[in-house]
Amino acid sequence: MAKESSFKNMALTLLVICFVSSGILAGVYELTKDAIDAVRIQKINRGIAEVLPPFDNNPSENVYKKFVDGDTVYVYIATKDAKDVGVAVQTFTNNGYGGRIVLLVGFLADGTINNINVISHNETPGLGDKIDAKKHRFSLQFCGKNPDTYKLAVKKEGGDVDAITASTISSKAFCNAVARAYQVYREDVMKKGKWDGNTSATSKQ
Amino acid sequence: MKKRIQIILKGIFEENPIFVLVLGMCPTLATTSSAINGLSMGLATAFVLMLSNLTISLVGKMIPDKVRIPSYIVIIAAFVTVVDLLMAGYLPDIHSTLGIFIPLIVVNCIVLARAESFAAKNRAADSIFDGLGIGLGFTLALTFLGFVRELLGSYSVFGYKLAPGDGIILFILAPGAFFALAYLMILFNIVKKKFIKK
Amino acid sequence: MSEYILIVIAAIFVNNVVLAQFLGICPFLGVSNKVSTSLGMGGAVVFVLTLSSIVTYLIQHFILIPLKIEYMQTLTFILVIAALVQMVEIILKKVSPALYQALGIFLPLITTNCAVLGIAILSIQKDYGLAQTTIFSLASGAGFALALILFAGLREQLDLTSDVPKQMKGYPVALIVAGLLAMAFMGFSGIVK
Repeated sequence: MAKESSFKNMALTLLVICFVSSGILAGVYELTKDAIDAVRIQKINRGIAEVLPPFDNNPSENVYKKFVDGDTVYVYIATKDAKDVGVAVQTFTNNGYGGRIVLLVGFLADGTINNINVISHNETPGLGDKIDAKKHRFSLQFCGKNPDTYKLAVKKEGGDVDAITASTISSKAFCNAVARAYQVYREDVMKKGKWDGNTSATSKQ
Repeated sequence: MKKRIQIILKGIFEENPIFVLVLGMCPTLATTSSAINGLSMGLATAFVLMLSNLTISLVGKMIPDKVRIPSYIVIIAAFVTVVDLLMAGYLPDIHSTLGIFIPLIVVNCIVLARAESFAAKNRAADSIFDGLGIGLGFTLALTFLGFVRELLGSYSVFGYKLAPGDGIILFILAPGAFFALAYLMILFNIVKKKFIKK
Repeated sequence: MSEYILIVIAAIFVNNVVLAQFLGICPFLGVSNKVSTSLGMGGAVVFVLTLSSIVTYLIQHFILIPLKIEYMQTLTFILVIAALVQMVEIILKKVSPALYQALGIFLPLITTNCAVLGIAILSIQKDYGLAQTTIFSLASGAGFALALILFAGLREQLDLTSDVPKQMKGYPVALIVAGLLAMAFMGFSGIVK
């Protein structure tokens, strides 16, 4: 049967158990740390590879963050043979039907949208979740369009985007997130010259 | 050996944690939107259950009675974190789908209940088999529930699409979890009754 | 300000802890036979949930992160919650025996209520500040209490009507009622706009 409880042996037992557990955890943490870090970096790079043409750098290290509308937008710059390939912008919106939607938008040098990937969302399955390219062709209509001439709003509101049937709120939120990405891209990457895709390309010619 | 097999079978049928004991309902409902998610959640829990049962049956007699529960919780929490870290490193996709429900294995009533009612009173070897049985019972129930919900909700089995179309979406959503579990419980009761009669 | 109102509405209605996020199902099914007991349980959960979210927030940001031992999160949080529940029980017994009479029996059950640990971890994952964490946990607790009390009311009615099929008695019928309640709560999604 279990031992009798005295203050001394209770404190001692708990102390020993906590100590041993912490030791085991620290060990396992050290063992898995590298794998977990690698997974994190690989996940970001894999996502970027889906929205941009091939690159050979490590964009997850070539990143800068901008704080807009109460949250952070991440800008990843991809290069190949030291030439800029494009920029992937991780953007968000809080206007989705189920709240927050996070997207990764790939822009080419001139601001053309190359591809868009949905990173996370809470939209209704079968309706709003069609924003994901795996479910519906809605997000594909943005590919190859330049937001300078292509108005990022649903047609009902005078824009150029065909909304998903019965999911106008999700479609509008999607446009809102893409527009936020483009705004950051234009103001912070194109204007400030942190990105010089065009110039580096022409200077090589 | 026969006794060991009996312990395992008991965990799967007579004391099935979900259909009979009705313990650990949170992960049961939350992580079974597909068969593979249910399976991985079940296996993660079974792993923790076996390790915690083993450890507690080994050290249980050295723990003073009054700090029994906190000690068990610390031991269980340590194993849960081990599973959490290993999955984050080597099974990242499943890890992100199961999300918060991996750390929540700590407060899964099944784990603590088995520690208290079986592992603390039995020998190490029997405790491992009890953990295995209960863990398997939990895993099977979760996988089956996930299988049914995935089949009805998206017409697929383990991710393979069987028929075109969206399926009865309700079964993937929250209410469908409750409904599916309710009807499986009724089914389990009917089947069990037939077995006992024979 | 509107940000806080959004958090409150989202936590109580749209992402209800029990009916949409499946946290705290065990007490939801276990202690919901009578409206009066569910009121007591609901009150106790709101209190412990808010208190523990605040304490775990402080521990995460002033101990775990500075020491770079975030992997100890699960272990420390559950210990803190267990200790807090014990403490609340002792203080309540001394200060307000009447309240202890009402809430006392529910307190030990709360340690293993996954809503408490779940909300503490979720607030950290969502990167909430202290004010947001407090509001979020308070609202989540209220959401839990609301679902519990509604459910208890429904089950009281269910007990009065005796023509429930034999195989469905007990848990199955309770689960179906919970499913219908979850469907009703789905009507709230889209409200946060």
